[in-house]
Amino acid sequence: MPEYSWPPKEKRRLMGKRHDRIDGLEKATGKAKYGSDLNLPGMLHGALLTCPHAHARVVSIDTSAAERMPGVTAVRLIAKAGDEIQWAGAEIAAVSAKTEEQARDAVKAIQVQYEPLPHLVHEHDLQKAGPRAKAAGEVLEGDPDEAFKTADVISEQMYGIPVITHCCLEPHGNVVRWQGDKVDLYPSTQNVSGIGGDLAKSLELPAAQVAVHQDHIGGGFGSKFVADRWGVEAARLSKASGGAPVKLFLDRATELTIAGVRPSAYGVVKLGAKKDGTVTVWESRTWASGGFTGGNSPPIPYVFTRIPNKRQNHSAVSINAGGARAWRAPNHQQACYLTCSALEDLAAKLKMDPVELFKKNADWTPRPEVYRSQIDKAAELIDWKKKWHPRGDSGSSHLKRGLGLALHTWQGGGHASQARTTIHADGTVEIELGSQDLGTGTRTAIAIVAAETLGLRIQDIRVKIGENAYPPSGASGGSTTIGGVSGSTRRSMTHALDKLFDVVAPVLGAPKEQLEAVDGKIQVKGNPAKNLTWQAACAKLGMNKISEMGTNDPKNPGGLTSAGVGGVQMAEVEVDTETGLVRMIKTVAVQDCGTIVNLKTAESQTYGSVIMSICAALMEERIMDAQTGRVLNPDMEFYKLAGIGDIGEIVVYMNMEKEYDDRGVIGLGEPPAIGGITAIANAVANAIGVRVSHVPLTPERVLAALERRNA
Amino acid sequence: MKSKKDPPQGKGSVSRRGFIRGVGVSGGALGLVSTSVPAAAQGAGAMGPGPVPVTLRINGQTKNVTVEPRVTLLDALRNHLDMTGAKRVCDRGTCGACTVIMNGKVVYACSVLAVDAQGKDIQTIEGLGQGGRTHPVAAAFVRHDAQQCGYCTPGFVMAAKGLLDRNPNVRTEAEVEQALGGNLCRCGTYVGVRKAVLDAAREMKTRGGRNA
Repeated sequence: MPEYSWPPKEKRRLMGKRHDRIDGLEKATGKAKYGSDLNLPGMLHGALLTCPHAHARVVSIDTSAAERMPGVTAVRLIAKAGDEIQWAGAEIAAVSAKTEEQARDAVKAIQVQYEPLPHLVHEHDLQKAGPRAKAAGEVLEGDPDEAFKTADVISEQMYGIPVITHCCLEPHGNVVRWQGDKVDLYPSTQNVSGIGGDLAKSLELPAAQVAVHQDHIGGGFGSKFVADRWGVEAARLSKASGGAPVKLFLDRATELTIAGVRPSAYGVVKLGAKKDGTVTVWESRTWASGGFTGGNSPPIPYVFTRIPNKRQNHSAVSINAGGARAWRAPNHQQACYLTCSALEDLAAKLKMDPVELFKKNADWTPRPEVYRSQIDKAAELIDWKKKWHPRGDSGSSHLKRGLGLALHTWQGGGHASQARTTIHADGTVEIELGSQDLGTGTRTAIAIVAAETLGLRIQDIRVKIGENAYPPSGASGGSTTIGGVSGSTRRSMTHALDKLFDVVAPVLGAPKEQLEAVDGKIQVKGNPAKNLTWQAACAKLGMNKISEMGTNDPKNPGGLTSAGVGGVQMAEVEVDTETGLVRMIKTVAVQDCGTIVNLKTAESQTYGSVIMSICAALMEERIMDAQTGRVLNPDMEFYKLAGIGDIGEIVVYMNMEKEYDDRGVIGLGEPPAIGGITAIANAVANAIGVRVSHVPLTPERVLAALERRNA
Repeated sequence: MKSKKDPPQGKGSVSRRGFIRGVGVSGGALGLVSTSVPAAAQGAGAMGPGPVPVTLRINGQTKNVTVEPRVTLLDALRNHLDMTGAKRVCDRGTCGACTVIMNGKVVYACSVLAVDAQGKDIQTIEGLGQGGRTHPVAAAFVRHDAQQCGYCTPGFVMAAKGLLDRNPNVRTEAEVEQALGGNLCRCGTYVGVRKAVLDAAREMKTRGGRNA
């Protein structure tokens, strides 16, 4: 049986080092084609009509004027008279036309009469939710009442973390051509292997008749897995227009209204602890909403799961707003915020350094030693000992500095993935997977693993992804891709090399077990003078080629991949107590992700996660209007993201020590995107001496908290 | 968010497409009627609402398109000229993904009407690094991994090129942050962008060439 383990760290030529991404230049020069960039011959443009009411019944729809508009090729109804619409932005009709302007005009010419119905779009006040709140039932462990009685200190505080959107820069959408019995789908998807089947189901076609093609995707973050209404409608518009391809991408307002959100979480957390900071009891009353279907409880207490006494109550609140989709580390940011903020507040009440309190309680986590060492590392990198001060003890200037920390975790085991390696007689190496590169560097990682295995250079590998005709590979969600594709790539390359050894062994006069692929050669172990260049070795294939599969089976990943990581982030902020503005000084991220394939893109992912956390901590919030029930900020001016001048210094430390490296490849997309929000919120509390209970920490909220403190 | 972008100035015309769009909404029926009226027949200064011939000078080449007067430079590039390096993201002059250089100034192509871009010298990402050479800014973006999904990247590259064209002596992160404050990235690539732009500045200075 071939060897599936990774080479020992000191023998890896490529893995774990910093490599440029192989598709970097086509992106940086604008040559990369995303689905939204396609201009296929004869292509039509689609547009959606959406509902302006948060809750309404459709009384009538009249498309006759729209159908007569210039350039219009098809009008399709998505809703019909009598339908009850549950959120503003819900799809009502779709139009295709020769130009984008004509399609938009036609949408506006559709006459819809609605009967508006009462709506609820806010969940932050549970009292006002009434029957729209559904209690999930109490979760009880140990004896919380007794534990509170015997606790030396009790800390209780309200927290809130709002709905935010994915705000992918490439909006959701696709180009679809339905000609005869064949559908070509050019999506923007995290799920190349799966989206075709999803579309086929809606179109009532055999799955084999939908071909998926995607070179690049402009952001997904968990929101782009399925064909969606706009995919189905674009296909039907195409069919109704004689098979011409239809491009239908959401405009920004629709994107921010219906293309997915991260659910909120609100609640009161009460902790009891001993004088030394050891937490003995957790009690929480929480609620959340991710739209009409409500919102599940975040996994609390987060990371500190072994706190012995617990009482938890959660309610899911249904509101009339666009629905939730997986948002990078689903429910973990909320859980981290509720938990690590409460721990920081407890430390402040005990007048204890939170670093000491978090380390003291690390025994309640599944990986105490990992967290303790990561906390120490992060503290060293941010100079915690020198800079930290007790809460609010931040001098007389109106500019207050503070430090905060938070911990996080994620599984990140590799998904099911199959890869096919082809070695041609001219030495060309191809690898095909029905995978996708979200900008995480998946293409490059596949090439690195392949080249490492074959003893070639990264540029010698032709990576082919983005087609559902290739061997199936999992959707890119939950940090599962790097483990999945590394496992399948390693195995398929190993199998292919084994076949090449079969051919080359007689030529080199050595048993194939004695052969190795090193530096572009096939050579005899211990006798490297006996070798063939890669080209010469492949030439022995003559008229044949080698084609070998490799599989990553999540149930049986071998030593190549595993799951479960820890990470710690610390933040230093400066708060202007006159304006309420929070400025980032420095963030430190210490992160474990097992064996690292490409250090450069791993670091990029972590930098990016920290920056996303800065956005969510300081700026991002979907704001609903109680009166109209609509999103008030469905644009990028008022749905705020951090700019390049808003991020301060960021230091990333990837755990590459032997005990981490030995664990195999583990995903990195989610874990570093969790703790930063809470670290920043804790730093602000430390700076100004009072908890700002709700993120984002806008100037308005900071000033209000200061006012309460001073009252 | 701070931005140093110059708002587009359409000489003697309305340059705020929001207004144009607003007219488009309420004037739908009017639009229907008047599409049959040739643009030229509508008196001096008036155009449309039907398609009109537009001549653009892009990357040193003359390009002719026929678009409605409300069509932005961005949509003309993307939908009519298949120049899709500039991306449509916010479509409202906020995010910079559509950044091009017009008469030496960095502008948002989503906020310039194609008809108003006539007679201007327009540079797009497609015009960078012609003749097979990679522009130092693009090369630096790759070297410093200043991109993830890459959708904002062409806009950043053009904004950075615009900065280095007007100030080849850029040395500090603060200068880069000021100049690129009008570009937004969702993946969070700013750390790489800061390094890439400063590195490109050094390299372009060493080479002495400003426009590759």
